Amino acid sequence: MGKVIRFIFFGVIARFVALIVLGLNVRHRERLPKGGPCIIVANHNSHLDTITLMTLLPLKLLPRVHPVAAADYFLRNRLLAWFALTVIGIVPIKRQRTRPDEDLLAPVREAIAGGDILIFFPEGSRGEPEKLTEFKSGIARLAAEFSQVPVVPIFMHGLGKALPKGEAILVPFFIDVFVGEPLTGSRDREAFMTILRARMDALAAEGHFPAWQ
Amino acid sequence: MRFDAQPAVLYVFGGLLVLLAIASLITSLKRRSHPERDYTELTQRVNSWWIMIGIFALALVLSVNVAIGFFAVLSFLALKEYFSLIPTRRADRRVLFWCYLAIPVQFWWVHERWYHMFIIWIPVWMFLLSSIRMVMIGETKDFLRAVGTLQWGMLTMVFSVSHLAYLIVLPESKGSIGAGPGLVLFIVMLTQLNDVAQYVWGKSFGKHKVAPTVSPKKTAEGLAGGILTTTALSLVAAPWLTPLTHWDAVAVGLITGLGGFLGDITISAVKRDLGVKDTGALIPGHGGILDRIDSLTFTAPLFFHFMKYYYY
Repeated sequence: MGKVIRFIFFGVIARFVALIVLGLNVRHRERLPKGGPCIIVANHNSHLDTITLMTLLPLKLLPRVHPVAAADYFLRNRLLAWFALTVIGIVPIKRQRTRPDEDLLAPVREAIAGGDILIFFPEGSRGEPEKLTEFKSGIARLAAEFSQVPVVPIFMHGLGKALPKGEAILVPFFIDVFVGEPLTGSRDREAFMTILRARMDALAAEGHFPAWQ
Repeated sequence: MRFDAQPAVLYVFGGLLVLLAIASLITSLKRRSHPERDYTELTQRVNSWWIMIGIFALALVLSVNVAIGFFAVLSFLALKEYFSLIPTRRADRRVLFWCYLAIPVQFWWVHERWYHMFIIWIPVWMFLLSSIRMVMIGETKDFLRAVGTLQWGMLTMVFSVSHLAYLIVLPESKGSIGAGPGLVLFIVMLTQLNDVAQYVWGKSFGKHKVAPTVSPKKTAEGLAGGILTTTALSLVAAPWLTPLTHWDAVAVGLITGLGGFLGDITISAVKRDLGVKDTGALIPGHGGILDRIDSLTFTAPLFFHFMKYYYY
C-alpha cells in the first residue's frame, strides 16, 4: 500500500507540480545516474527540492531513490513521520549525537551498500532562500568510504522563490536544474570538499539569475 | 459546446503540414549531404514546429472551450517565464500569486462572452488590485519598478494573449464565413510567417540597420520585404479564413507586418535590458515561449480591434 501511494505521489502529484505548475529547465540531463548506487548532492532552498530532484529520475528507479533527511525535523510527529518515511521515502539521520561514539551515518552507509540512490543536501538546512551556505563534510567521509560510488552535484535555482522556508503559498517560477559531472571521493576529504564546492559554483555560474531581494 | 471546424481551417492546417514536411525533408537532405556540419538547431527548430502546430491545431479544432483553455495555459506559461526572467522582490510573492490568479478570471470572461469585463479586467481591475495588494505589503524600496514590471507583464502576457481567445468567441457577423477559429488561425499564421519572412528577407538582402541599439540584426530590407510578403499572404488567405474585403486584407497585412516587427523588438529590448539571449528553454531550437509569441503580443490586439471595429 505504501509503495502504491509513493508511486502515485511521485508519478502524478510531484510530476504535476514540478513539470506543469513550475516547469524545469534541465541542463546536462545525460549526467544523471542511470542506476544505483549513487550519491546526489544538491543545494537546499525549499521543501520542493526533494520532490523536484526525484522527478528527474525515471519512475522505475523510484524504489531505489531516497533523500537523506533530519530525523528530528521529519519524525517530529506521527503524521509527518508517516509521510516522510512512506511517501517521500527518507533515510532519517540524527543531527546530534546522544552518545559520543554514536555513528550518525550508519543508516546511510547501509543504504549505499544496498545499491540505493541517495539525495544529500550538505548545507544541512534550507537556510536563506537562494543563498548557498557552507557544506557540511559528512558527505566527504561517505564518499571516501565508498570511493567507487559516483557523487553527482546538482545545482537548482528558483525553488527558494517558489516556496521558501516559512511560506505556505506556492508561487510558480521556472526552475533551473544544472547537473554536474560526477566525481568520486578520495582520502583527502578537504580536497574533495573543495572540488565539490567548485563544481557547484561552476554550475551556479552557468545560469542567469535575476535579482530577488 | 462543439463546433464544426470549417473546411477552410482544416485545409490551411493541411497546407501547413505539407510545408513542414518539406522543411523536414530539406533538413534531413542537408544533414545527409553535409554530415560534417551541425544541424542540431535547425532540426530542433523544425521538430518543435511540428509539435507546436500539432497542439495548436488540436486546440482550435476540438472545441471552443479547449481553445480558450489552450490560450489560458499559453498565458500562464508566458507570465511564468516573464516572472522567472525579471528581478522580483521577495516581499511581492503574494502579489505575483494574484497576478497568476488573474489568468483564469480573464479567460472566464472570454468563456462567458462578457466583453465588458474582458476588456477592463486587467487594465482597470488588476491595475488597481495589484497596486493595492503591493502597497498593503508596505515594502517601498523599488516599489515603482516592481509594480510597473508586474503590470507590464500582465498586460503583455495575459491581456494581449487573451485577445486570441476572444477572437474565437466573436459572433457570426454579416457575410462572415470565418468566425472564430478561422480568425485565430489567420492572425497566428500571418504573424509567424511574418517573423520568418522578415528573417529571410533580412538575411538575403539586409543592409541598413533599422533598430541598431535594440536588435542589430534587424534591417530595413528585412522589415520591408516581410511586410510586403505578409500583405501578399494576407490577400491570399483572407478570403478562406476571414470576412475581410481585399482592401481590408491589405490593411491587415500591413498592420500585422509592422506590428509583428514592433512586438518582436519590444521583447528584444526587454531581453537586452535583462542581459539574456533567450527568454527561456521550453521550446528546443526556439528558446522560450516568449521568444515565439513576442510578435503575437502586438498583432493579436491590433487585429482583434480592427475586426471588432469594422466587422463585429
